[in-house]
Amino acid sequence: MTAIDVEDVSRIYQKYSARHRFQTFKSSIVKGDIFKALKPDELVTALDKVSFKVKEGTTFGIIGENGSGKSTLLKIVAGIAKPTSGRVTVRGKVSALIELGAGFHPEITGRENVYINGIMLGLSKKEIHRKFDEIVKFAELEKFIDAPVKTYSSGMYMRLGFSIAINVNPDILLIDEVLAVGDASFVPKCLDRIDDFRRRKKTILFVSHDLSTVEKVCDQVIWLKEGKIQAVGEPKRVIDAYLQDIVEKQEEDFEERQRTIDREKEQEWQEERRENRWGKREIEIAKVRLRGLDGKEKHVFSPDEGMIIEMDVKSSSRIQDFVFGIGIFNSQGICCYGTNTKLEDFEPISIEGEAKAVCRIEALNLINGTYYLDVAIHKRDGYPYDYHRKLYSFLISSLHQDEGIVRPKHSWDFSPQIKMKTSKKRMSDP
Amino acid sequence: MFKNLKQIYKYRVLIQSLVSRELKARYRGTVLGFMWSFFNPLLLMIVYTIVFGFIIRPRDPAFEGSPWLYALFLFCGVLPWVWFSSSSLESANVLMIHGNLIKKILFPAEILPIVSVCSNLIHFMFGLPILFLFVPIFGKSFTPYLLYLPLVIIVQFIFSLGFTFLISSLTVHFRDIKDILANFLTFWFFASPIVYPITFSTIQQSKFLRIFLNLNPMTHIMQGYQNCVFFGRALHWKKLGVTFVLALVLFFIGYSIFDRLRDSFPEEV
Repeated sequence: MTAIDVEDVSRIYQKYSARHRFQTFKSSIVKGDIFKALKPDELVTALDKVSFKVKEGTTFGIIGENGSGKSTLLKIVAGIAKPTSGRVTVRGKVSALIELGAGFHPEITGRENVYINGIMLGLSKKEIHRKFDEIVKFAELEKFIDAPVKTYSSGMYMRLGFSIAINVNPDILLIDEVLAVGDASFVPKCLDRIDDFRRRKKTILFVSHDLSTVEKVCDQVIWLKEGKIQAVGEPKRVIDAYLQDIVEKQEEDFEERQRTIDREKEQEWQEERRENRWGKREIEIAKVRLRGLDGKEKHVFSPDEGMIIEMDVKSSSRIQDFVFGIGIFNSQGICCYGTNTKLEDFEPISIEGEAKAVCRIEALNLINGTYYLDVAIHKRDGYPYDYHRKLYSFLISSLHQDEGIVRPKHSWDFSPQIKMKTSKKRMSDP
Repeated sequence: MFKNLKQIYKYRVLIQSLVSRELKARYRGTVLGFMWSFFNPLLLMIVYTIVFGFIIRPRDPAFEGSPWLYALFLFCGVLPWVWFSSSSLESANVLMIHGNLIKKILFPAEILPIVSVCSNLIHFMFGLPILFLFVPIFGKSFTPYLLYLPLVIIVQFIFSLGFTFLISSLTVHFRDIKDILANFLTFWFFASPIVYPITFSTIQQSKFLRIFLNLNPMTHIMQGYQNCVFFGRALHWKKLGVTFVLALVLFFIGYSIFDRLRDSFPEEV
């Protein structure tokens, strides 16, 4: 049985230009264009012909970047917003957790707010009366329920809101990123409740940026991009495709940023370059490129990936004493790794003319963040020919949230007495 | 549109609890609490008696030169006027104040102006005992015509609903209606026979003023109150009947405009 059927839904937002925004009743009457003022002059497509079906009893995830139309879609399913075209059929009682405690009145007590909010969400007075204790208990607000809501902390506010919404006992639950604000003990409790819902074969539509939770909880995932469905299906596959897309976008952003720096801040950049570059350049490092192991030039890497640092060097005369060195620094300036050809027992013999030196790193094994690269050519005693200090940067981007500096390749093993389950399969991925 | 209207009936429990919330929240934190609902009209009554009764003194023969009678007459009009004007002013803002509800919860927005009319109606109801208390004190007596009072209240209720639907939905798009409204209501107050009776000689002598006042629906509503309570005579059925029809027309126009603009509320409030 289909619980939610979204057919060809488009939503076009009407954007009023600045001129219209400050249009006033007076001026519109004076100008005689009162009806024109009520018409928008620019349209923004938030959803573009979106269709999908959610089977009863499944948990359906929606992922996508900010502004991709996720919340709009959820609001349309909830009936709060109307689709511009298309049709949404929803079978069963819907409860939407779009903003918790949206209808609370600050001046009256928690108790009164529970009743009013419950009625707004579609419960009858009798039902609320019956569930009241459970609601308060779940929210852990027994002591404060008779205090005005304005005295609540934001956590208490959220807990009460969640507790009411979840106790509406809907057939279909819509959740929009509301768990992001809870504290460490309340969020698992909410997730438990959601799990409980799944066990009771209720339908859940789940919007979140927390991809690991989405992968854990959802049976199916759709990925929205700029209002269009980019992919539907099995969570892992869709999430991987989405992550791939994010990395590509980061790469583009990175290059774009480099370009703007090159163009706009040429002067500044040159100065900085001068400051961060020293040596008489008997041997000059003319260009440095970063590549993936496949040889493609890139700047965003995953922790498990390798990197190739390629230096184009130029030597005006024949020189016999030289060392190539590299150093990787994180954004705090801590040296994560440094090495040179001398330390690795290469004996220089000679260099002349244009040449290429390549350092191949099989796996970076670094945590998330921005990194800076030092490259240098110097004599064995340390006299620099050409030293580039932090002139190049790259990005490590991954889902992992580990800490420290390096991310050694690792895995966990437990003897049978220890029982654990994990949803984060990707943690142990090579 | 009619389907939506039917829905309002379904939401009556919500309206009821929102009205009681509004009333509870209004005097939360005050020492006198709910007593303010009585004190406000009482204080107003005292001020009007002093200013219009004793300082300006009534000139119309209907008051027999008595400042007490004039104060009572004033009160008959001011009380329902306060109901009308405060519900209008409140509803001009109500969609913006409760924007959160409209944006985040499946919630029929028309409930909000209805709640502001209803909660002010309750306040008006609390003022009535004060009015009735002063009728015998100031030397008038009750007549059976008092029983017509609910009819006048119903006409004003429907008229107010229509007006607030119009005001609340348009204010979403034109924010300055709120400021225009405040001035307009002051004008409207003096353009209705509240501080003066319609039989006042200046009005009766000028044809323009007579026609103007008769075109104002508030004139007939106010006269309804004055006839029931102060003069103790029958309502002017024809005039009140026309006003009732007009109130219904305003209600449907107001509601259909509200209904038309409804979809733009979540984005604009």
